[in-house]
Amino acid sequence: MRVSGTFLALIGIFFGIIGLIYWFTAYEDAGFLMLIGSAFLGMLPGGYYLWWSRRMRPLEGDRPDATPSSGAGVIDSFPGSSIWPFLLGMGALFATLTFIFGLWLAPIAAALGLSAVIGGIVESRRGGTV
Amino acid sequence: MNAFTNGSPTPLSDRDRTAADTPETPAAGRRWKRWAAGLAVAAPLVLGGCNFYPSYGASRGSTTQGQDTFKLYSGMMTTGIIVGGLTGLLILYTILRYKRRSETMPKQFHESIPIEILYTGIPVLIVAALFFFTVITENKVDATVPFAAKVTSTGSPVVDVKVTAFQWGWRFDYPNDNVSVSGDVTNGPQNHGPQMVLPYGQTVQVTLVSNDVIHGFYVRDFNFSRYALPGVVNVFDLNIVRAGFYPGQCTQICGLYHSEMLFSVRAVSPAQYQSWLQSEVASGHTMKRTPEPATNTPPPYDHVTHSNALAAPASKKGSL
Amino acid sequence: MTTTIESPDLIEPEEPGGPDGHGHGELAHEEAHEHHGPHGILNWLTSTDHKVIGKSYMITALVTFFLSGAMALVIRAQLANPTSSLVNFQTYNELFTMHGSLMLYLFAGPFAFGGLANYIVPLQVGAPDMAYPRLNALSYWLYLGGASMMTLSFVVAGGAASFGWVAYAPLSNSINSPGAGTDMWLMSLGLTGFSAIFTGVNLVATIFYLRAPGMTMFRVPIFSWNMLVTGILILIAFPVLFGAVVMLFCDRHFGTHIFSVQGGGVPVLWQHLFWFFGHPEVYILALPYFGIVTDIIPVFSRKPLFGYRGMVFATLSIAALSTGVWAHHMFTTGVVLLPFFSLLSYLIAVPTGIKFFNWIGTMWGGQVSFQTPMLFSMGFLFAFLMGGVTGVLLASPPVDFMTHDTYFVVAHFHQVLIGTTVFAGFAGFYFWYPKMFGRMLSERLGKLHFWFLFLGFWITFMPQYLLGLKGMPRRIADYLTTNGWTGLNQLSTVGAFIIGFSFLFFFVNLVSSWRKPVAAGDNPWDGGALEWFTSSPPPHHNFTHLPPIRSERPTWDYNHPEHRKDESHGDKRHREHEKETETVGASS
Repeated sequence: MRVSGTFLALIGIFFGIIGLIYWFTAYEDAGFLMLIGSAFLGMLPGGYYLWWSRRMRPLEGDRPDATPSSGAGVIDSFPGSSIWPFLLGMGALFATLTFIFGLWLAPIAAALGLSAVIGGIVESRRGGTV
Repeated sequence: MNAFTNGSPTPLSDRDRTAADTPETPAAGRRWKRWAAGLAVAAPLVLGGCNFYPSYGASRGSTTQGQDTFKLYSGMMTTGIIVGGLTGLLILYTILRYKRRSETMPKQFHESIPIEILYTGIPVLIVAALFFFTVITENKVDATVPFAAKVTSTGSPVVDVKVTAFQWGWRFDYPNDNVSVSGDVTNGPQNHGPQMVLPYGQTVQVTLVSNDVIHGFYVRDFNFSRYALPGVVNVFDLNIVRAGFYPGQCTQICGLYHSEMLFSVRAVSPAQYQSWLQSEVASGHTMKRTPEPATNTPPPYDHVTHSNALAAPASKKGSL
Repeated sequence: MTTTIESPDLIEPEEPGGPDGHGHGELAHEEAHEHHGPHGILNWLTSTDHKVIGKSYMITALVTFFLSGAMALVIRAQLANPTSSLVNFQTYNELFTMHGSLMLYLFAGPFAFGGLANYIVPLQVGAPDMAYPRLNALSYWLYLGGASMMTLSFVVAGGAASFGWVAYAPLSNSINSPGAGTDMWLMSLGLTGFSAIFTGVNLVATIFYLRAPGMTMFRVPIFSWNMLVTGILILIAFPVLFGAVVMLFCDRHFGTHIFSVQGGGVPVLWQHLFWFFGHPEVYILALPYFGIVTDIIPVFSRKPLFGYRGMVFATLSIAALSTGVWAHHMFTTGVVLLPFFSLLSYLIAVPTGIKFFNWIGTMWGGQVSFQTPMLFSMGFLFAFLMGGVTGVLLASPPVDFMTHDTYFVVAHFHQVLIGTTVFAGFAGFYFWYPKMFGRMLSERLGKLHFWFLFLGFWITFMPQYLLGLKGMPRRIADYLTTNGWTGLNQLSTVGAFIIGFSFLFFFVNLVSSWRKPVAAGDNPWDGGALEWFTSSPPPHHNFTHLPPIRSERPTWDYNHPEHRKDESHGDKRHREHEKETETVGASS
């Protein structure tokens, strides 16, 4: 956590500095905004990690002396299979096609997208294939 | 900028002539005499120059800006060949020297801080040197004669040309002389498109605009290209050093006939240039399409007054 | 079905019966691969396993690669003759646009971060799967949708997009580029952009949170490190691209004037937005492949990586700098601050140089053997060296003025991109193929593939540098006979067809590996990273047991306990554990 946080924070600081230099040398707003955006992209999660790294037990992956047995236990729940990402992806595909070829495709997109969203939520709540 | 010190054309003889073969050179006999005389005196110089600035396939430049660019290019290429060549040889040596010949396990070393610092530090120095020369050249190439200097200049007046790029052709306006030349893709590629006639030995200030999409103004022998950006007025100077025919072409994809968007530059002596202007006016190639008279003050193509907000940083470039 | 995964320490690695990683593997492993959920096509549609998704990604990316390569051959055939009329101007413009778009958006990036990284990163960090498996699946389906849409845009009325892969603003508006092809191109970028963002999130989360016990950040193999950095670059770059795409779409259809001068817009804004995406994208394409090479060279030199921390530092600096150099693509616009971008672009050469010398240092004093993956890595070194040196030249604004949009630039970025995506990409493919499928590829065919590719590569692109210096602009469909470009173009075309020919060996190799499989075993190359510890192909959740992780080469430490990395330079407090695992190693 500490290394990851430092790493993100450093990215943020770097872009902050570059962004300021850019603003005061180039006076160009688009690039400045994007650089400052990148600075926040680094600093926000980086700061969050650093804040937490002082308040929690280090992850097993961050302890140099951890062994597989010291990390025994549940890692997490992983879905074995799920059809909803496929339907959601196709829904997104049809949604973009709607923008190009007209509204007649919108019902297909909506049907696919809605079913995938509902199905996905139900699946993750029940913890199984729906 | 040395815009005014560069008034006289460089003699043809002691320059490399591979860059642009001129269709309108002096009579052959005179030319050979000059060549011979020039060679006798300048051969060691030229050879020396060639060795110091090998061309590596590039044009040596037919403008002072292009020549500066060429020197930078050549120097950087030499550096690149040395550094890249040494690195390549080092890789080859390592591969051949440490090719697996037995199954013994090599020593498992995995770092050496002094060496790592060394090969971080040396590239930094090389890069710093390259950047230094880049900035020097960049300031020369990018320098333009300011408006005030143009008005007060004597002896070597600045030639203003407004270049308008459009799909798919070029228009060259000479606002001070009310001459306009244009041509487009219908001219056929074999004619090299419209021709921009310019004097050598004088500063030419090109104002580059676009009517529709982005085009690229590029003349190979000038070692220079610049976008014609809609909504932006780009200004640059050219100091052509010798007579010649220089083909140019649009480099930025601009639609269907991008490949055919050719033009050419013909550099002539200032006297020939003046007579060309007169003949153009006589044959009616005047600026019909430009509403305002060319003598308007301030001149309509001054980049200081006419640049939009986005162009502002451009005027600051070079001032790190 | 959701499965709760326990950490894979159930079998103590110290046990003598543990995997020793020396080619005991059988093809039967594949059959033993547990199936969760449905079978057949439905298994493919519903799988959330990173290995299945990774393979799907790779296959799709390779299909676009070969499609796009075929387009390149048509382009080269057209240019072999000054006044060729093999294809007309419109088709030619569509071809080079789609060649670039397919290669850059659909092959180079997704092959690395969607394909190889998806498959390898969880294995290298000792994770059972990606952190968000369903998001990972969604990412693939979005990518497949986007890829199909872009490819199919050839068949709609008006043809495919024809403004180059960069889509500079006034040319890509509704007046200059009407037709559904352009819209499909834009929408495809939207879909694949989101797919990339999801994969980026997944990679970052996986590497930050799902590392196995003891796998500290500074023990993560460089390939995974590079993928982490790539993931962060994706998060910086792709949202900007998506924003730009939406703006352009609004300009085209909803009457906004963001990029049009007539309505008070600023065309050059597109270039700022696009290249703020585009230059990090270049490193999104390059860093994973650097990582592949960095993983391959130590294995075939039988040495640890030289300068691990320097490598991490170099990757980070390249990534950071790459986001501050976007406008070096815009030097000739005349509206950018030249010295700023020039300096930052030059500085990228420094960390890249560090990488080069670290690769050399890794081979130095080693026992370098040249199996196919290593050969391809060497091809990468030379190709990227050439591309890198000319890249330094292009960081100089005056030199850029003289070569911008000519074949010099074309040659430069093809050498860089083929060096990375093709040489290093196929190095990775040959390297990890045994892990993915449990069978070997033929060394003989692999080497033939390499040598023809290597030969064709130089014949194709070296003449293009000269063409650029002789003034040939890019993206032109014909040229004058008087230009003197014909001979070099023909040479380049010959080279391109040699490259095309070399891939026949690749196909034959693939087919023969399926017809007459040779079992690979768990660790055919004597690799050091964690992916070589598990079976080939790995079981459903990757690991049944893990070795102690004390360096970036846990498998090596396990298999060669007497040659473990000497960590005496730092980390003194881990000395005791070193001793402990020493006895463990001795007993096995």
